[in-house]
Amino acid sequence: MKIQLRDIYKYFGPVRANDGISLEIESGVIHGLLGENGAGKTTLMKILSGYQSADRGTILLNGRPVHFRSPADAIAAGIGMLHQDPLDVPAFSALENLALGSPGGPFLNRARARRTLETLGRRFGFSLDPDAPVSSLTVGERQQLEMVRLLALGVRVIILDEPTTGISAPQKALLFQALHQLSQEGLAVIFVSHKLEEVQELCSRVTVLRQGKVAGELRAPFATDEMVSLMFGQALGTYGRRPIPLGEIILQVENLTVRSPRLELNGVHLTVRAGEVIGLAGLEGSGQRLLMLACAGLQKPHGGRIILGGQDVTGRPYTTFLRHGVAFVPAARLEEGLVPGLTLREHFALAGDTRGFLIRWDEADARAAQMIADFNIVGQADTRVEALSGGNQQRALLALLPERLRLLILEHPTRGLDIASSRWIWHRLLERRERGTAILFTSTDLDELVEYSDRIVVFSGGKMSAPLETSRVTVEELGYLIGGRGL
Amino acid sequence: MTWRARLTQIGVALAPIGLTLVMTMFILLLAGADPFEAYGNILSGAFESPKKIADIAVAMVPLLLCSAGMLVTFAAGLWNIGVEGQMIAGALMTTWLVESLTAPAGVILPLSVVAGLIGGALWGLLVGLIRTYGGVNEIFAGLGMNFVASALTNYLIFGPWRPPDGATMSGTDPFPPSAWMPLLGTTRASLVSILLSVIALVGVWLVLRGTYWGLKLRAIGRNIRAAQRLGVSTHRNMILAFIVCGALAGLAGSLQTTAVYRRLIPQISGGYGYLSQLVVLLSGLRAEWVPLVVFFFSAVQVGSPRLELRMQLDSSMGGILQAGIVLFFLLVRGFRERWRAPERPKEE
Repeated sequence: MKIQLRDIYKYFGPVRANDGISLEIESGVIHGLLGENGAGKTTLMKILSGYQSADRGTILLNGRPVHFRSPADAIAAGIGMLHQDPLDVPAFSALENLALGSPGGPFLNRARARRTLETLGRRFGFSLDPDAPVSSLTVGERQQLEMVRLLALGVRVIILDEPTTGISAPQKALLFQALHQLSQEGLAVIFVSHKLEEVQELCSRVTVLRQGKVAGELRAPFATDEMVSLMFGQALGTYGRRPIPLGEIILQVENLTVRSPRLELNGVHLTVRAGEVIGLAGLEGSGQRLLMLACAGLQKPHGGRIILGGQDVTGRPYTTFLRHGVAFVPAARLEEGLVPGLTLREHFALAGDTRGFLIRWDEADARAAQMIADFNIVGQADTRVEALSGGNQQRALLALLPERLRLLILEHPTRGLDIASSRWIWHRLLERRERGTAILFTSTDLDELVEYSDRIVVFSGGKMSAPLETSRVTVEELGYLIGGRGL
Repeated sequence: MTWRARLTQIGVALAPIGLTLVMTMFILLLAGADPFEAYGNILSGAFESPKKIADIAVAMVPLLLCSAGMLVTFAAGLWNIGVEGQMIAGALMTTWLVESLTAPAGVILPLSVVAGLIGGALWGLLVGLIRTYGGVNEIFAGLGMNFVASALTNYLIFGPWRPPDGATMSGTDPFPPSAWMPLLGTTRASLVSILLSVIALVGVWLVLRGTYWGLKLRAIGRNIRAAQRLGVSTHRNMILAFIVCGALAGLAGSLQTTAVYRRLIPQISGGYGYLSQLVVLLSGLRAEWVPLVVFFFSAVQVGSPRLELRMQLDSSMGGILQAGIVLFFLLVRGFRERWRAPERPKEE
């Protein structure tokens, strides 16, 4: 199947997400779609897969114009998309999720779904437990499930949006192998990413987007410099990390136990000083989030103590933690961090001083204008947060943090961001560190952990390693530890 | 394109009205009545005399107050179906005050307003507590409290507040004249009631638009987790929303006793609490549209009894009109969102 996108336009208010994009995709090819955050990749793919409609432009399948009113239309035409966050029903089992989307009578055909899962799973080497609730699967497993579902529906074009974020190295290898296999079988694979290495490793053609336009098209082998200059239109600046003397003890965690339905984290000891950056490494779901939530006051520990600035705050409400200068920046920006439907200006009004009765709009406006400029947010004071790109949402979240913080806890602070945005965000975070804020952060990117942490702790199955001095650890050693060896 | 967009907008606004007329026409024809005669009767029943127009104002007061309250709870994402009970609680509190205190009108009337506010607020507080700390969905909590409130009313009318010559379904003895809200001329409308309801609606509009509390409620309504992370105290503000909504509903109940019936009757809330849900839904949760919708509902309310008198039709036809328009409004809006901006028809 040959896909042609012609002059696709999509504006969100003043934001030109797609500004006249034309693109051709052939079957049997893994086609990379590269670009920094907010370049318009996801929007374009949502249009192609029927989740959104373009303001203007045509989609041609084998030369025939089509118009998708819904994802179901697109799937019927053979186009399926895997989203950055899998869109499944967490409480249902893998099997039920699979059966849910299949055509057929009014009853769930469990037996057929089970057969599909087994055959397709075997073909690609996925080992999925059909009866496990989806909420207990890892991101990588949910992705595998979603792929099986789309293939079972007979798609001939499969779109993957940043599929490697949050999945483990073996899962990534498995995924890439499956994608090669699919392209050899004649499917068209569209691989959306901002990671140069992945595109180099996987794709034979790549289209680079920049600011809603096609910046260029390349064929393998790709030169890194060329891709970078197409993506950014400029060379990247670097921000150095200055060594600073550490200050007083900010956070003491003593023999902490935190439980979630899936996991118990126990026996955690950690001392963090002012200005120190601690990287939390490990496969997703190994206990990092539990530690972060407990330290942010968002989850009550089952045992042990949390001491902030010398004061025992174990089991105290979240507001107490806020008063102690703790802030948590979640990875799920629109679910836990920002309020869809409210504008940037309203967010700044909420995050500022809310004492008094009438909103001081002049204050909120001034703050919004200053922060939009200061954090390079592509948007206006009256832009609703859901209309911002992922990178700009992250910038907004950081801009909303209080001026003075003792402990900043960040979950995947640069997830889904391009290199330039990531560096810039770290530049801002390190500035805070120099002012004495201690930082805890998780990442699946080992380079990021090694580059920015003073010390790294590794999580594996609810256990936390002793802190490692970053200066004495290499990316390879870290990889072994994350794999559960040497803990 | 703009003229087309505007045309669509007008179409979307008028479609529910047209569809409702078609549906009711069908029902009327089935009932063997002339639809146009029926519509004419409703219109003349509502507008034929200044007295009728004053009746519309009387019906508008409780609807405006309850709708204003519901705007607050809806902003916080809460379905306060307990408005009915909160209205009754305000009426009970006012009746209790009138039964137990003998004082001149200048004292008792302002106090009755306060009593209504407090009664409704307490009832709302209960729903709020059950919702936030008991973890019971506010719809069940509110519905339950509605039944409790109306059972309590019956108990009081047939028990402690029974008239000396025996209890009847017509309620308590009339209040002493000192507890009668003054009325405009020979009409049944009270200027105080009208003013209070207008103040309530404008107040709510201002609060939701321009205050930190309103902003916090809207944040809670749209994303409670993010609101909490931003430092908004969700439980306290949700309970406060129930209290404010309850207070306004309670005031509506109180005014029904002092300005309309001048006594406590078993069905004191008269279904206005439920009707105000429809008002708020039809106004798309926007305070600006509430007066128009309330006016329409009240006119139908005042006009439709005429169907029974003149055409031997049941006056519930008015309710069908009101509910039908809400239903079609939500349907049209739903369809519109579904088919939003398809740039051109399917090319095949």
